[in-house]
Amino acid sequence: MSLQVSDLRVYYRTLAGDVKALDGATFAVADKEIMGLAGESGCGKSTLGNSLIRLDGRMKYVAGSVTLDGNELPIWDSKEMVQYRFWDVSEIPQYAMSAMNPTRKIGKMISELVQSRGKRYSEIKPELQHRIDLVGLQRDVLDRYPIELSGGMKQRMVMVISTLMDPALLIADEITSALDVSTQRAVAETLVSFRDHGFVRSMIVITHDVSILYQIADSILIMYAGKLAEKASTSVIIEKPLHPYTRMLVSSLPEVGVRYADKKLSGIPGSPPSLLNPPTGCRFRARCPLAFSKCREEPPFVEVERDHWVACWKATGTDA
Amino acid sequence: MLSLDRVSKSYKIGTFGGKDLLAVRDVSFDVMTGEVVSLIGESGSGKTTVGKMILKLIDISRGTITLDGEDISRVHGSGVKSYYRHVQGVFQDPFSSYNPIFKADRVFSLIRTEYYSGMPSSEWTGKLEAALRGVSLDPGQVLNKYPHQLSGGQLQRLLVARALLLDLKILVADEIISMLDASTRIDVLNLLADLKSRGMGILFITHDLSLGNYISEKTVILRRGAVVEMGATDKVFGHPSHPYTRLLVSSVPQLHKKWAQIEEELGAPVAGISGCPFHDMYPLAGRMPERPADEPTLVQLEDDHFVGCFELESEKVRQVA
Repeated sequence: MSLQVSDLRVYYRTLAGDVKALDGATFAVADKEIMGLAGESGCGKSTLGNSLIRLDGRMKYVAGSVTLDGNELPIWDSKEMVQYRFWDVSEIPQYAMSAMNPTRKIGKMISELVQSRGKRYSEIKPELQHRIDLVGLQRDVLDRYPIELSGGMKQRMVMVISTLMDPALLIADEITSALDVSTQRAVAETLVSFRDHGFVRSMIVITHDVSILYQIADSILIMYAGKLAEKASTSVIIEKPLHPYTRMLVSSLPEVGVRYADKKLSGIPGSPPSLLNPPTGCRFRARCPLAFSKCREEPPFVEVERDHWVACWKATGTDA
Repeated sequence: MLSLDRVSKSYKIGTFGGKDLLAVRDVSFDVMTGEVVSLIGESGSGKTTVGKMILKLIDISRGTITLDGEDISRVHGSGVKSYYRHVQGVFQDPFSSYNPIFKADRVFSLIRTEYYSGMPSSEWTGKLEAALRGVSLDPGQVLNKYPHQLSGGQLQRLLVARALLLDLKILVADEIISMLDASTRIDVLNLLADLKSRGMGILFITHDLSLGNYISEKTVILRRGAVVEMGATDKVFGHPSHPYTRLLVSSVPQLHKKWAQIEEELGAPVAGISGCPFHDMYPLAGRMPERPADEPTLVQLEDDHFVGCFELESEKVRQVA
């Protein structure tokens, strides 16, 4: 078992009080697994991703534990985490376009980066060049400035840099959202090939685009309002989801082939609750068409079938 | 009806504007009333430039755009105001379309002072509420609020409602849902379809093929400023003929089909072809025919389906001959 997260709670400190952006997450990511993490904006998916690698000043660790290959990650202590970042846990940030230092040539920047981690540039250069070939870039990108590269090229370069030390866990946060469809596909397929080549052991791919996840992910975790809603293998989430939120989310996606004239899709009415004072019980209750009295209690996130976890009273068979 | 006839736009770039960048070349298509035309292209393909020219935000370098037979570049002075009564735009980022210092409903009072200054308050309120209900918003919920108090979907719908207050014929919707969440974007999309059925013509600019496919009757695919394929949506998506369109269609992530499967269904290789100076995907290198200045570049493949590819063009010519 590669990554095990149990009851992780991370809040944002604001003047108005704590925003409970991640309120009790328990899940596991197996070796060689690409887990997709999807949900609406503000549901806590980036918070979950960030908390596994770096809590920024506004984020407050409240409870829970994160175990990677049996070692507990000290995510509450930013200094202690330094030894894990880049080596064991790495991230491709949301804005990879601006992730590189604009004043350095890319090769120089990488050399400074690995030197700060106590490695010699000449040591890693052959591997670096091999991986640059693999993602379909020219080796001379190392002598260029980031501004000379297109968005898709920068994105792939950042992917190579992030995974240079063969991390056990890679967090890819919305890396395809700003790209054109053809580049989007190339980047998504590169992620899969990194896993297949063993550059990365497990991966968490955060996106709001479920159809990208259908293409590349092994399993999908759906979040809603700071809570986990459902986790199962990709085909189960798309074909037979149990949580009403997942069902509505999947059925609201327009696809090539679906026309307004033939089949009118509908969205999810209402909007997610404020996380400053989240409602008690099931947080999806106000928007859920199936809500009933039991939903005033909070549903637990339980395994209903093998590898299929869901937090819904209806799905767990506790009707009445 | 809005009609674009061989419209081009060149921008001056470089120091002192020494160079020309042809952002849009020879684009021709029509937007009829009660029709959604989706203009699809990747970043830098010139799709927003086309929208801006229609909205008279920038000048047209060559070609003409006509609204009901009237050349819009000849519209000046007070004519501009009445032009905007018929043609309005909604843009990508709802948050930057509003002034954060003022309440969101200021966009409505601006319309009132400009266009309906003589209208009594009661009549105006009725009109405003009708427009808001037209975009399925509850007036009590959205009026008198600041932009940050409303969601992206609500703000975007307010902008559409603002356009509805006028006697609108053409709405230019430039990437209006790409910033919205999956759960609300479909509602805004359905709203556009609803406006269409009320007789409005909509130019839906997007980079997302599945959204364009869902809503539009006609599809125009732009690449480097030129139309590579256009026609009825089901034909363009059903039988994509231009290598670039094929590449796009095979790259769209779908929900029930994997990429490999789509590629198999489309047949022909879609990547690794190069040579065409206009479109990277030109199938046969080195056989670029001369392009006379006033010859149409698009050839008709079938009824309501045009493709701009030199290889396909010469094939068609051969068939005719």
